[in-house]
Amino acid sequence: MEERMFLLGDEAVAQAALDAGVSGCYAYPGTPSTEILEYVRASAQAAEAGVVREWSANEKTAVEAALGMSYAGKRAMVCMKHVGLNVAADPFMNAAITGVNGGLLVVVADDPSMHSSQNEQDSRYYGHFAQIPVLEPASQQEAYDMVREGFDLSERFGVPVLVRLVTRLSHSRSAVVRRERLPQRPLKLPGDPKQFILLPSIARERYRRLLADRPLFVEEAHREEGYNQYLPAAESRTGVIATGLAYNYLRENFPGRLPFHLLKVSFYPLPVRMIEEMFGEVDEVIVLEEGYPYVEEQLLGIPPRRHPRIRGRLDGTLPRDGELNPWLVGKALGRNLPEPEEVPGVAVGRPPSFCPGCGHIDVYNALNEALEPYGPGRVFSDIGCYTMGALPPYNAINTCVDMGASITMAVGAADAGLVPSVAVIGDSTFTHSGMTGLLDAANKRSPVTLIISDNDATAMTGGQPPSGLGKIEQICLGLGVEKEHVRTIIPLRKYHEENVKVMKEEIAYKGVSVIVARRECIRLVAARKCNKK
Amino acid sequence: MKMEKKMKTDIILAGVGGQGILSIAAVIGLAAVKETLFIKQSEIHGMSQQGGEVYSHLRLSDAPVHSDMIPLGEADLILAVEPLEGLRYLPYLKKEGWLISNTAPVKNIADYPDPERIYGEIRRRPHHLLLDAAALAREAGSAKAANMVMLGAASPFIQVKEDHLLEAIRALFSRKGEEVVETNIRAFRAGKEAAMKKR
Repeated sequence: MEERMFLLGDEAVAQAALDAGVSGCYAYPGTPSTEILEYVRASAQAAEAGVVREWSANEKTAVEAALGMSYAGKRAMVCMKHVGLNVAADPFMNAAITGVNGGLLVVVADDPSMHSSQNEQDSRYYGHFAQIPVLEPASQQEAYDMVREGFDLSERFGVPVLVRLVTRLSHSRSAVVRRERLPQRPLKLPGDPKQFILLPSIARERYRRLLADRPLFVEEAHREEGYNQYLPAAESRTGVIATGLAYNYLRENFPGRLPFHLLKVSFYPLPVRMIEEMFGEVDEVIVLEEGYPYVEEQLLGIPPRRHPRIRGRLDGTLPRDGELNPWLVGKALGRNLPEPEEVPGVAVGRPPSFCPGCGHIDVYNALNEALEPYGPGRVFSDIGCYTMGALPPYNAINTCVDMGASITMAVGAADAGLVPSVAVIGDSTFTHSGMTGLLDAANKRSPVTLIISDNDATAMTGGQPPSGLGKIEQICLGLGVEKEHVRTIIPLRKYHEENVKVMKEEIAYKGVSVIVARRECIRLVAARKCNKK
Repeated sequence: MKMEKKMKTDIILAGVGGQGILSIAAVIGLAAVKETLFIKQSEIHGMSQQGGEVYSHLRLSDAPVHSDMIPLGEADLILAVEPLEGLRYLPYLKKEGWLISNTAPVKNIADYPDPERIYGEIRRRPHHLLLDAAALAREAGSAKAANMVMLGAASPFIQVKEDHLLEAIRALFSRKGEEVVETNIRAFRAGKEAAMKKR
């Protein structure tokens, strides 16, 4: 009998990879992608099969490790949130040139509407940029099936395949039918010993091969019973192109027979012949896609098409930014839907806040006091729970840009004359992308103070074990920070005066100083007590 | 445009991080799977770990469910474990839909409004139910079980059998011991009873 599971989109990806005989899963936690590796790590099937499933220091190291696994002939998957692919862009782009040996899937979860992200970039552009196939599932079942088949595609085409998820799929549960389990691949070196050596002479050859293979990807986009489906409608002059989740919103509005031509897209590059066929039948095409107007822009070209008319996010048929939803899609398709009721004014927002007793609170209380004499505008921070120091009553930080930018921006501001400059970063973000910045600072003896608010966890995403556990001071010393200026404090209210004093001393120092404020995440302490009971 | 005729229940679960919203979703989900209903359940987490808003869209139907999100204006029921949080999702509620809300506020923000104003908004709905789930949960044995009180109150509106809900509660809490299971079942029953009296 077929086995049904009730899985999050993220979990469907994880289960599919395990069933496809993956040998290694690599990731750095980031909402909404975290649950993929969480699932693999908790899986008895993965344990029994000896699947490698540790958290990586960052997305770049994760992609590189996955590429190494692929080099050795085995199947590998690497998972991240959309902005993680910026960090991993170097190995990602070059893996398209080296190609793969064992199948390699790069799974990226986008966050349109920025539920918990600093931007809403659309990863399909990265697939386009690297010129590799992209899969965009619309349901949990498709996520399972596409990941499973994605490994085959990757091996057949000899390139990595990108799987694009979005928040509403990653974090939504539905029934998923499993398929039979495949064994892992044996260790096997690449057939061409030079395949992975991207010296210019070899890289040119590899690149030409990637370009020459592109027509194969386009053929795959047209495969019968494949990922893209064209359904003509007899008496309509309107076409709809729906990608990923937007297809569900279309079906929500039109569950029965569709009154227009439909092209459902789940595989890129785009199926150009299907699009041309649709263009021959219609006067207008409405493009429904989650994220950026990626398909719409390709259809428009320069100058914009006169016929058929292309409608979507660029002409105001749909909003230019933010997530789609069934109501927006219904309106765009001409349904007469009532305006939604307004939220009553009394329902004020409830922004996230520090958990009562959190160590970051004590760090900011001390820092605000220590910086009092210098005036505002000199605290550069980073990405994690401690970013909430931007909110009242703390109003303690002035920046949050990308992983690791606290240290380097503080250095740049100090270069400009903003002395003292202070950086606040978490322990996991520090080992993700902060260490190289601290090396720069130490080499030039920048007058900055770095506060590492160390809670022994990647707390924001649920408390994953951090890469630098127990090594933070050693790392700082190794990078060249002077021993007397690597200080450790305990952020507790009872040590407030002492902590302010340490901060004042180090902020006054005209070279690089690091203050490690270490106290375990209060939630993890509570969870451990709860589990012991 | 003619819609397929089908039985469906679209529910929005609302509350604050730590109130057990996702446990309610898990119980209904487990029960629905037993009845071979089609189901989709989406949730927003991430920054919600820090005591912020948490919500879940739960869709049950005897026909395939397309969208993971409930369309605006089509929810049959909002189940709010915190009164302010229920109001936030009114744009999703049908005109004749039910708003079932706990009265106990979670005041972890400085500008939390006067609860009477919140209750006033809830009472404006043609179909609403307000109950003190915190008190009923304490009577049942644990203040933590307010989520199960609310589930009990909502159970007559959800198209799954009560036996299956109770079975799912047992399955979900069995790891924590028989006492916790029984407390949660008492809480569920107390919620249902309170709701039946008020309707």
